[in-house]
This record gives sequence, structure tokens and C-alpha cells, in this order.
Amino acid sequence: MPLDPSAVGRSYPPTPPYLVGREKIREFAKAIGATDPAHHDPEAAQALGYADVIAPPTFPTVVSFASNNAVVDDPDLAIDYSRVVHGDQRFQYTRPIVAGDELVGRQVIAEIISRGGHDFITTRTDITDAAGEPVAVAWSKLVIRGEG
Amino acid sequence: MDLPTKKFTVTRADLVRYAGASGDFNPIHWSERFATKVGLPGVIAHGMLTMALVGRAVTDWAGAPDAVLDYSVRFSRPVPVPDDETGTEIEVSAEVKSVTDEGHTVLAITAVCAGEKVLSQARATVRTTRLGK
Repeated sequence: MPLDPSAVGRSYPPTPPYLVGREKIREFAKAIGATDPAHHDPEAAQALGYADVIAPPTFPTVVSFASNNAVVDDPDLAIDYSRVVHGDQRFQYTRPIVAGDELVGRQVIAEIISRGGHDFITTRTDITDAAGEPVAVAWSKLVIRGEG
Repeated sequence: MDLPTKKFTVTRADLVRYAGASGDFNPIHWSERFATKVGLPGVIAHGMLTMALVGRAVTDWAGAPDAVLDYSVRFSRPVPVPDDETGTEIEVSAEVKSVTDEGHTVLAITAVCAGEKVLSQARATVRTTRLGK
């Protein structure tokens, strides 16, 4: 059964604040082989004008992926996660994520399309810091493959 | 202008490390049994790992770790990762597509694995002075 397009615009409660640790940024950078000193050494990051080590560009996924669970687990949508594949991803950055940031994700359903027996749902996550200032926006398109 | 091609290797160990670092523990990225059961050719890389590696190419080209303003990809094909020490290779290339009114550079990016395009419509907007170095 196709996803109900009237769910477009539905928003979810903000995620609990995610405290970005210096070691988490280092761990993430190591996992993707990002060796720039600004990801590992606070002094190198301070030389670029940041308070502490900065995260690589795709790090907001740590917040948006968790935030997306609200949509995937929404009983009204009844998404079969075993049929979900990641279709598209976009990030728009106000600034890099910095160790010490407390990030909150606010999730809204941006688009629902059904085509060729498959459903395509795009979520938008607005990521803000403790002061409520924007940090990044993430858009994730999930493809829910049709049965058969 | 074409930018210098960059190559990245992905092994099973990289997938395990990325799962832990990102919090994405979907078994299609570590269990052959699970991956084949849901119709995949085998264990595949996280799309977000591919996006992260391509992101490294982008920040390298830009010459600054904080240069990326906007970055988007479409995951057009899975990246199967064999259970050996060699893993698989992703080759990343890009061309300068345009320069915005603000002086930002828009890159059109291609990522190829085993002769197949694994990302399509990949774009990054970067704030930069050192492109192509």
C-alpha cells in the first residue's frame, strides 16, 4: 500500500540534545580516514578559528540518522525497514560541528512520492546548537522497495 | 576544469569501524547471511561511508576541512565489499561546474566502483581559494 501523502509536513518532537565529544569526532574522522589535523588536534582547529576539533562534513548523519528513527518507527506510516534503502542525502552547512556542541535535531517529512510500486520519503532534519542557532540541515530520501 | 582523481579503498574492517563511529549497525553492512537474504549481492558499504570518503576528496580539493557549504549525493548502486584484505576501490573525480555570485565553487562529482557509477548527481558547493592543489 503506498505511503499516505497527507503525512507531508508532519513534524516530530526534537531529539534529546546530543553532546558532541572530542573523541567521537576523532573516532569518526579515523573511521573515514580523514587525517586533517583540525579533526584531531584542538590547536589546529583553533588556528582556523574554532573552539575545538571540527567534524568532517558528513558527521551530521550521527544526529540525523538517529532523528530519522522517529519517522521510520512512526506507526501511522508503517514503514517496513527491511525494504528501505538510502536513496539520496544532502547536507547544507551553516558551520562545521565542533566538539562541545549540544545538538538537537528537528524532523519533518518534506516529500512523499509513490512511483513504480516503490515509495520515496524525504525527511528534513534541522540541526541546531544549545543556543538554538542553526548548524546544518540534512535531507534524507529513503526508498521503500515495493513487494514482489 | 577537471580535478585530480582520488582513490579510496574500503575493506570489511572499514565497514565495522564506520558502523561503530556512525551508529548505523544495519546488518547489511556486516552480515553476509543477512545481506543475501534481503536480495543484495553480499555485504555492501554504508552509502554514508561512500559519501564520507567522497567528502574527503572534496575537502582535499578545496584545501580546507571546513570549506564545504552544501553537499548532496544520490546512491545509484551498492558498493559490494568482499571479505578479504584487499576490499574494493572507489575512484572519485570531479569537475568545476560553476562559480556562484558569492564566489563559491560548485563541483560535479563522480564516484566509480568496479566500473559502475555508485553515486549520481553528486554536487558540492565549497568556499575555497586552493582548488585542485
